[in-house]
Amino acid sequence: MARPASSMRSQISALGNWVDKRLPVSSFWRDHLSEYYAPKNFNFWYFFGSLALLVLVNQIVTGIFLTMQYKPSAAEAFASVEFIMRDVPMGWLIRYLHSTGASAFFIVIYLHMFRALLYGSYRTPRELIWIFGMLIYVVLMAEAFMGYVLPWGQMSYWGAQVIISLFGAIPDLWIISGDSLVEWIRGDYSVSDATLNRFFALHVIALPLALLLLVMLHLTALHQVGSNNPDGIEIKQNKDSDGKPVDGIPFHPYYTVKDIFGVGMFMLLFAFMVFYAPDGGGILLEHDNFVPADPLVTPEHIKPVWYFTPFFAILKAVPDKLGGVVVMGLAIVVLFLLPWLDRSPVKSIRYKGWLSKISLTIFAISFIRLGMLGIGEGTPAELRESQVWTALYFLFFITMPFFSRMEKTKPVPERVTSSH
Amino acid sequence: MVKLMIVNKMKNQLIAVSLSICLSIASFTAVAAGDEGVQLFPVDINVFDTAALQQGARTFVDYCLGCHGANYMRFKRLAGDLGYSEEEVEQYLLPAGRELVDTMTAAMDAELGVEVFGTDPPDLSLVARARGGQWLYSYFLSFYEDEERALGWNNTVFPNASMPHVMWELQGVQALAHQDDSHGEPHGDDSHGGHPNPADQFELIEAGLQSPEEYQRTVQDLVTFLVYLSEPSQLQRHRMGIWVMLFLALFAFLAWMLKAEYWRDVH
Repeated sequence: MARPASSMRSQISALGNWVDKRLPVSSFWRDHLSEYYAPKNFNFWYFFGSLALLVLVNQIVTGIFLTMQYKPSAAEAFASVEFIMRDVPMGWLIRYLHSTGASAFFIVIYLHMFRALLYGSYRTPRELIWIFGMLIYVVLMAEAFMGYVLPWGQMSYWGAQVIISLFGAIPDLWIISGDSLVEWIRGDYSVSDATLNRFFALHVIALPLALLLLVMLHLTALHQVGSNNPDGIEIKQNKDSDGKPVDGIPFHPYYTVKDIFGVGMFMLLFAFMVFYAPDGGGILLEHDNFVPADPLVTPEHIKPVWYFTPFFAILKAVPDKLGGVVVMGLAIVVLFLLPWLDRSPVKSIRYKGWLSKISLTIFAISFIRLGMLGIGEGTPAELRESQVWTALYFLFFITMPFFSRMEKTKPVPERVTSSH
Repeated sequence: MVKLMIVNKMKNQLIAVSLSICLSIASFTAVAAGDEGVQLFPVDINVFDTAALQQGARTFVDYCLGCHGANYMRFKRLAGDLGYSEEEVEQYLLPAGRELVDTMTAAMDAELGVEVFGTDPPDLSLVARARGGQWLYSYFLSFYEDEERALGWNNTVFPNASMPHVMWELQGVQALAHQDDSHGEPHGDDSHGGHPNPADQFELIEAGLQSPEEYQRTVQDLVTFLVYLSEPSQLQRHRMGIWVMLFLALFAFLAWMLKAEYWRDVH
């Protein structure tokens, strides 16, 4: 009986060889998984890359099922979402996986970006990884904004009205004026059926395609230079006689099994939100968004969803409309410049001086605090506080070229200091 | 048999745990929704209280469905979720001339609403998600007689609301309590352990069919139904979630064991 089994095995390997000559399956597996060497000292902060990929897949898969029932028209959108919530079997689960997934995406991405700030993952030779990552973040914001408009509730409608009108602050240039730009984006004189329809098109086709392309570029650039690590050491500079990094371990199986554990823990928290707090106390799904869009009734208190509120607070902190839009734009643009603003001789916060540690802490607090202030009603006291944190937010970037070069750093060890 | 009882007991405990979590979130939601300077009365809403749901549904059909619709909700769904059979739904809740598969539309048409009330009574399918249970509970307790208004009613929670007090025969007629100017102390503060209380704000000038306690219970049941109505799938959501989380906890534990095994040779 042994012969048929072994001949079967040889047939399978023959088929494998046949495919391999025509498609680089096994070399891809080797180059990117089984013989892709990653530093062995990844810590907690290194779960969020694979988790971002997981959430992206969740959004695409649940999104496909939602589009099967959702109607992108001003007359039917709100009712079709309620149809999904009530009459489609398990429709509520698909919808909550998607709506909670959007918030989870931003939590994961913010932690992923903070990891890069902690360990200098944007530094040479990883500038392009950072640039692609920032582009992913910007596209993700556009994707989330347009997705939020689709349920066509009051906050969808008025949020869109406010955000799109920001483009109206752009001064007249030759034939383009701010107002004509706003009209071009909306496709109408106000946010309407035409706006909803095009946002749907962008949300389900254009932006997801852009996201996937950017994710591919992000990962390709990462695998070209290899991962950074909490010590900020280049593991490729210390190889054994076989040419393998002594501080590296193959991504598969070591990090695949570790990331599966991370996926389990993440999904546990995610499931808690989906099943027990899908509206997050009115922060993930806002109360006003359970009222159908009404162009004649303005909600008392219009604000974007939580993941935009740090930038919304910066916008409100500047008294001038155009100035606010410019400063808000700069708050995002300045992040792109990080690889060239950080001039420290070391990458990781572990070996940087106390100025870097304090600055990064204040920056992180300013971002969180601005997010909280952006949710608020915009009282004069809140606006004043927003101005202080906005100043501190920018101060982090403006002073970085100086403090990062001047401060006293600790010596970086030859080998990574800790493992798992 | 004993095993089955233990499993059932565990199941009940799990439901109780998830319930308390959901209640704490629900009350958080209520506070968030009512944050407009109006003092709201505290109430516990439990959508797993089948008796409250049934009573609330009857009140809803009797007092609300004439003018308001719940256009996203089908009568048929009440059968399973409220612990009624389809025959019982037909008997207790289905208005004459309607089918079980119909959505719960208003008996009155919109034009008549505009004529009588000056506005089309809003759809109530999602009112509890937009306003919060505590707001609704307080609203139903806060109607008072006001000659200035066209229909003779006003409301402290929703000033100058177009809606008259449709449950007045149950509650009776309230008037605003006279402010005790000599002491200058605002009513509804600290006299009942810090919670605002309807008795501090209103006085009953004409008794209704129900005592104040009975009426509060009627309103609590009605609001329980409205909270259910705003998201019928929440019953299924709460029951299912605990099993999903138990599975994921086991999955994460096994993944940790697997990780530890693979990583034994990494130093």
